[in-house]
Amino acid sequence: MARVRVEGVRKTFGKVIALRDISLTVEDGEFYVLLGPSGCGKTTLLRCIAGLERVDRGRIFIGEREVTGLPPRHRNIAMVFQSYAVFPHMKVYDNIAFGLRMRRIPEMEARRRVARVAAMLQIEDLLDRYPAQLSGGQRQRVAVARALVMQPDVLLMDEPLSNLDALLRLHARAELKRLHQETGMTIIYVTHDQVEAMSLGDRIAVMREGEIVQVDTPMRIYEAPATVFVGSFIGNPPMNFLHGVVEEGKDGWFFALEGHRLPLPPLREVSPGQSLLLGIRAENIRVDERPHAEALPAEVMVVEPLGAQWLITARIGEQFIKLTLPPGRPVAPGQTLWLSFPIEAVRWMDARSGQAIRELAPAASGSGKAGDSRG
Amino acid sequence: MKGRAWIGSALWYMGAIALALWVLAPIYLIGLLAFSPRMAVYRWPRPLLPLEFSLETMRFFVSATGTLAATRNSVVVALLTMMLSLALGAPAGYALARFLFPGREAVRMGILMTRMFPMAILSIPLAVTFIRIGLYDTPWAVALVHTAMALPFVILITASVFVSIPRDLEEAAMTLGCSPLSAFLRISLPLALPGLAAAALFTFVISWNEVFAAAILTLRQRTLPALVITVLNESPLYFRFAGGFFMVAPALVILLIIRRFLFNLWGITSR
Ligand SMILES: Nc1ncnc2c1ncn2[C@@H]1O[C@H](COP(=O)(O)OP(=O)(O)OP(=O)(O)O)[C@@H](O)[C@H]1O
Ligand SMILES: [Mg+2]
Repeated sequence: MARVRVEGVRKTFGKVIALRDISLTVEDGEFYVLLGPSGCGKTTLLRCIAGLERVDRGRIFIGEREVTGLPPRHRNIAMVFQSYAVFPHMKVYDNIAFGLRMRRIPEMEARRRVARVAAMLQIEDLLDRYPAQLSGGQRQRVAVARALVMQPDVLLMDEPLSNLDALLRLHARAELKRLHQETGMTIIYVTHDQVEAMSLGDRIAVMREGEIVQVDTPMRIYEAPATVFVGSFIGNPPMNFLHGVVEEGKDGWFFALEGHRLPLPPLREVSPGQSLLLGIRAENIRVDERPHAEALPAEVMVVEPLGAQWLITARIGEQFIKLTLPPGRPVAPGQTLWLSFPIEAVRWMDARSGQAIRELAPAASGSGKAGDSRG
Repeated sequence: MKGRAWIGSALWYMGAIALALWVLAPIYLIGLLAFSPRMAVYRWPRPLLPLEFSLETMRFFVSATGTLAATRNSVVVALLTMMLSLALGAPAGYALARFLFPGREAVRMGILMTRMFPMAILSIPLAVTFIRIGLYDTPWAVALVHTAMALPFVILITASVFVSIPRDLEEAAMTLGCSPLSAFLRISLPLALPGLAAAALFTFVISWNEVFAAAILTLRQRTLPALVITVLNESPLYFRFAGGFFMVAPALVILLIIRRFLFNLWGITSR
């Protein structure tokens, strides 16, 4: 087990720049998730770390060792492929033992190690079968076992759950989490599924177009997205972004939103006339049936009962907003709700750059922890 | 609706039966007469059922002058062809399947274009060349020409075989400690084996059946088809049937028996 350091790695395919000078550090024993939309370069980054792809520039370290120029077999990594890549002409046992044999580990010890990972993944009964005789879920376990048995410095996984059906995926996700807790292994995990990322990752690196946009714990990513992109990529429903302008009033600046005025906290690098986005998660919006100071009227457009909560789409002026309500509260399309946005749950973004704007006051340090409600 | 569907499938089956007869009837007749007494060929009406089994005809053919030597030549040529075309064709197929290199499409087209020149045109200059370099009238000469004929098929077959083996498998082997070469040897090669064997048998049959080049490029070192075709006019009818059977047999064996084994490995039944 080891930490992994990537420094300024660039990778191009012809004219396509798949990775634009990526740098990251994965701590020893960390479950590190690479998350991003299709084509953002997650797989390419993973393959560069594995040594299956040669980088154009930059350096890669595993532990204290630089591995940039080394072939995969000298990096002491193991990888689980999206397709599993289980060898079809070998029985499950030989698949798992393959890497040990390549390392010339004595057959006795190999047998012990195979037995141990097979037990860990509950595939002891399958060791005598060919992969063609396995289900998708079983094949995935074999692929994981084949990687784990190597006791690699770092385990790389490329969307290992994406070929499983929904129910199995839920189960396998919990299994993976348990496996990580049991082994304490350093894992770099690629996915485009934000729920998977949130539930598995110690930290998540959100990628977009060959760049890492934000690296943080799942909760920080969820509550304090660094850009509009992250806010709208993570969470279901995505974060709401309401468009407005900074205006100067007689008692300071305020945020003008569809003809309403909202107080503005002291923000860095903001000036009157600037376009801002007010970012807020659906569940953080305060909803009242009656008007009160600071509340904005919103007309209910769509009500979607989703079981545990109801998802409401409403309209403030020309802009749409999604909010959630506990089931049973009487709402119907056409009704007016009064919405207010607790100031500590609001994430301000610059409309032009899409970047978050930091607050001036030191209050920001407390805003990471959710749950403290005000008023 | 039902009536029409019935007619449709009846037509389909009739077509299939007609096609099968088209192929099987001559083979049956050849086999029948090859294992009948010599004189059965001249009898009228011709016997259509295997009533009098006899090895006489085959024995006559096998013991005729030159048959055994020609058979040996044929086997040698076919084996040489098999090895040469696999040794040259499989790597080419692998390259076409795995690597994007400049001129890949041109190579692919070029391979097919070699089939455009009829053997009749090529044989004479080839014979002259072989005489000059001292290869004329040797199994090597025939094997080289047969290799040239078989290569396009071998390359296309092996390319499609290697395309069907996911690249992930080799890459997985590399992360598990293999060099690129050992990943190929341990993963892709065994997986390609059925396909490569099929290609090998195919070249064997191509070479075994080829007449024209073999007849022109040899004088004393005749292959079996070359021998049969040159003595055809002077030989009795039953000799021709026996020779025909002798030449069809390997292809039949390959098709009927080996194919089944090839496509049922590792619990995967394909086709
Ligand atoms: N071998 C290749 N040749 C050319 N372009 C490539 C190659 N591999 C990847 N790319 C390009 O690099 C970019 C990043 O691809 P990559 O496979 O890393 O995306 P990804 O984030 O893994 O996407 P997905 O979620 O769909 O798997 C894409 O634009 C892709 O088209
Ligand atoms: Mg990918």
